[in-house]
Amino acid sequence: MASPDAHLSSPAAGPWSASHASRVPVVWGVVLIAFVGFWLYGRSLAGWAFDYPRGWTVPAARWISAAMKWLINDATFGLFSFTDMTRFISAIVELPYRLAQSLLSTGFLEGSGSSAVQILPPLPWLAVVGAVALMGHALGGRRLAALVSACFLFIAVFGQWSSAMTTLASILVAAPLGVILGLLCGVAAVRWRGFERALSPLLDLMQTIPVFAYLVPVLFLFGFGPTAAVIATLIYATPPMTRITILSLRAVPSEVIDLGNMVGCTRRQMTWRILVPTARESLMVGMNQVIMLSLNMVIIASMIGAGGLGFDVLAALRRLDFGAGLEAGLAIVALAIALDRLSQAAAHRLATPLKSDARKGFAARHPYLLAALATIGIASLLALVLPWVHTYPQSMQLSTGAFWSDVVAWINVNYFDTLEAAKNAVLLNILIPFKRLLATLPWLGVVGLLGFAGFRLGGLRLALLTAGLSFLIAATGQWEKAMITVYLCGISVIIASLIGIPIGIVTASRDRLWSVVQVIIDTLQTLPSFVYLMPAVMLFRVGDFTAMIAIVAFAVAPAIRYTVLGIRKVDPRLIEAGRAMGCTEWQLLTRIKLKLAFPEIMLGLNQTIMFALSMLVITALVGTRDLGQEVYIALTKADTGRGLVAGLAVAFIAIIADRLISAGAGRVRARLGLE
Amino acid sequence: MSFPDPKLVCRNVWKLFGADARSWLEAGGTAADGEGMAAAGLVGAVRDVNLEVREGEIFVIMGLSGSGKSTLVRCLSRLIEPTSGEILFKGENLLAASSQRMIEIRRHLMGMVFQHFALLPHLSVLDNVAFPLDIQGMGRAGREARAREVIDLVGLAGREDAFPRQLSGGQQQRVGIARSLAVEPEIWFLDEPFSALDPLIRREMQDEFMRLQSVLRKTIVFITHDFDEAIRLADRIAIMKDGVIVQAGTPEEIVLKPATDYVSEFTRNVTRAKVVRAESLMTAGGSEDAGPKVDARATIAEAAPLFLDGASQLGVTGADGAVIGTLHRDAVVSLMLKG
Ligand SMILES: Nc1ncnc2c1ncn2[C@@H]1O[C@H](COP(=O)(O)OP(=O)(O)OP(=O)(O)O)[C@@H](O)[C@H]1O
Ligand SMILES: [Mg+2]
Repeated sequence: MASPDAHLSSPAAGPWSASHASRVPVVWGVVLIAFVGFWLYGRSLAGWAFDYPRGWTVPAARWISAAMKWLINDATFGLFSFTDMTRFISAIVELPYRLAQSLLSTGFLEGSGSSAVQILPPLPWLAVVGAVALMGHALGGRRLAALVSACFLFIAVFGQWSSAMTTLASILVAAPLGVILGLLCGVAAVRWRGFERALSPLLDLMQTIPVFAYLVPVLFLFGFGPTAAVIATLIYATPPMTRITILSLRAVPSEVIDLGNMVGCTRRQMTWRILVPTARESLMVGMNQVIMLSLNMVIIASMIGAGGLGFDVLAALRRLDFGAGLEAGLAIVALAIALDRLSQAAAHRLATPLKSDARKGFAARHPYLLAALATIGIASLLALVLPWVHTYPQSMQLSTGAFWSDVVAWINVNYFDTLEAAKNAVLLNILIPFKRLLATLPWLGVVGLLGFAGFRLGGLRLALLTAGLSFLIAATGQWEKAMITVYLCGISVIIASLIGIPIGIVTASRDRLWSVVQVIIDTLQTLPSFVYLMPAVMLFRVGDFTAMIAIVAFAVAPAIRYTVLGIRKVDPRLIEAGRAMGCTEWQLLTRIKLKLAFPEIMLGLNQTIMFALSMLVITALVGTRDLGQEVYIALTKADTGRGLVAGLAVAFIAIIADRLISAGAGRVRARLGLE
Repeated sequence: MSFPDPKLVCRNVWKLFGADARSWLEAGGTAADGEGMAAAGLVGAVRDVNLEVREGEIFVIMGLSGSGKSTLVRCLSRLIEPTSGEILFKGENLLAASSQRMIEIRRHLMGMVFQHFALLPHLSVLDNVAFPLDIQGMGRAGREARAREVIDLVGLAGREDAFPRQLSGGQQQRVGIARSLAVEPEIWFLDEPFSALDPLIRREMQDEFMRLQSVLRKTIVFITHDFDEAIRLADRIAIMKDGVIVQAGTPEEIVLKPATDYVSEFTRNVTRAKVVRAESLMTAGGSEDAGPKVDARATIAEAAPLFLDGASQLGVTGADGAVIGTLHRDAVVSLMLKG
């Protein structure tokens, strides 16, 4: 790192310095003028560069659909066919799911359908609350016990118990499977270079492709139902776990690896006795991630048959029953909070063992387990005579559904005009003009411009990537829809940044305020993305404006977080030096803090874009016309090719934005001497 | 001196970091050719090292940071594959051993102590110490009994159930030492074991180490960057600089006859009396009634107090207790006055 004084004594080395200003903008100016000129006057010369000709379209969707059909009907691996494999995977997921589902929600049934007879009832609600409270106490003391039992009570009181237990069952299956799968992939990647090389582009893609897109093939391969939903959840939650595993195994100190070799570990012992246990603290963070991601998938997965709370929310959203949707949504939030805190406490507890008790008896080692089993046993027996132990009595349930519906109705009656006016003003003055503007851009020009930006920021490889991917979007006939995606995402990101960055600047220098804001954005991020959609729909009904509000609400958190982190990372000695030189607060902010925090803020922007894109696809439910809608339609028609192609287009947009911004941030960082 | 055969021999060992290191060597690269090496983009962490470690001695490799000590000691145990050379452990060429054979050798014949302790955070002290035995597949009762023995030996009895992060640095390194001793290794590598400790604890650990060695009589390769530590502990020292061993010999030889200016930089401030042994200052021959007796291996600083009750000379005794020479008061005084 360069010495701090170096920055201050040579202001000319900054990103907006004269020496760079003279060269870079000239090239950019020329290119931009050429682009604008072509855009304004090129249509008559080369119409094909504006509207991608139909005849040139690559029928990728059809190819993919055909390939899927072939997979299902004809593909074999010699000993077994592809269909055998999917059936096998289904069975692996199905068995534990049935078990969890029976235990928590439906009871054990004999026979099927409506003629089924219950041979064993599910666990009494009181037993579940008791067990969860004991778990909280074991992991995090009385406070955690109180918090998690309150969350579960909330679910019971508001009449969401049975749905919530169905959801919990699917998470209890998906999360452990996701952790194990991610761990195994990560371990394999660390062990075999080749495997990692094959895996890492796949991981990149998985992180940017919208969930909807792979719902379609999952639906196609595994059919409609909870099993398919769990599999989709696994596909969604495993890549981050894999990544965390790779990173944390790589971070094991080389001395510890030397130790493993010196005591004569075999490769297997090295992995399971040295690497994995040493990295367990970070691996536990991965576990928490998997649980939260699984919860985030709850609603989306209900589109392919997950049932439970997700289904309730989705159904309510479809019939615009805000009250019911909100209650089910809040139950998801309660579940999310409880599971988040429990898994964090578990991570903390497992990572820092307090005392070694391997030599005590079983009972002494597992007091909580025994207590939980006792609670469940007693409650189950009591439930035979006392029905309220078994099922939370209906008479004591509260429902605020009607109340919320009334509130929304009241707001709409009294403020309809105001809300409508605000909405229309934004639509007419900002959204629609911007949308029109993007729609008229020539695809060829945009591809060229992106290629040029890639070249300037990261050289030939980046240029090929950005131009290539954007060309592919055009070539598969999705340019128009992609532009709508870019428009909605762009506007939302701009607004989210305009809100988030100033909040970040204000909070960064105030510790107390930041700790409050941090709790708020942490909590906001544990909420499933659908939750953001509901209030927006309640107030503004469907359409682009509603989508934008939801996206902004969802994507503002990273903008705040990265701004604060960036500013707080600025070396305090530099700020002191600035003060000593007589900078005003404003100068300190603009000349020192923001300038040095710039790369970090760019990364925040990057995250904001990723968040916005992931939300954007979900807003297809409220009737946007972009790529997300395309995926959604494909989902309802089980059209694998169409869904995947549109999903990949969203992923391409994300990858282009990500690579350009990262390259830009890297250059600025290098120029500031931060590396 | 009466040391038996070398336990560990290291011949022309090279470790070059960088691409195509081997072909540069085969094309005739030499240790002296530092510039050619740099031009080829190679880092010469260990260059053409030859050394012999004898049964039962403490062999100290001393050098400043980046001189290649860690790389060398990891070559000796083949944690790092040397670029070329030969390493003979009890006559067996380690570099030719299969990975299966290496696992065998490391499990039963080698022990290592690490600068930053390398304790496993999820295991208690007892389990950490028993870990190497567990890896070998020894049953719980057997390995825990053995682990308790070595924990006693390093003075940690009573802390068996603690976890590493609950221990001080010195205690953690005691665990590291106990663990490396649990398998009763024939050769014991210590890579800067006390460097991460503060000076007082370091001193205490050095004494503890010497006490252990007086009981165990292991063959030891000890790495340090601290010349005083080297002098205190070593039977023989090799001084390393930029991957090359610039001088090897007993502490006495090094202090009295530094081979290069670089070595004399270190030795300048060393008190001679603490290094020079009676046998090198004595005059040969002498009789049983020459005065108080002193062991030939004792340093002058240790022998000096014996002159306090007026003796003008001491009888120097060899390993068998027979007098082999005479140490004169004048010789001792003039050495001590020189500093
Ligand atoms: N994996 C590696 N790749 C490239 N160079 C390396 C590698 N490991 C060590 N080196 C280089 O080899 C030289 C010797 O390093 P080594 O760690 O052996 O030194 P050391 O004497 O143990 O130093 P210290 O006292 O800091 O531990 C150094 O210049 C180091 O930069
Ligand atoms: Mg070292």
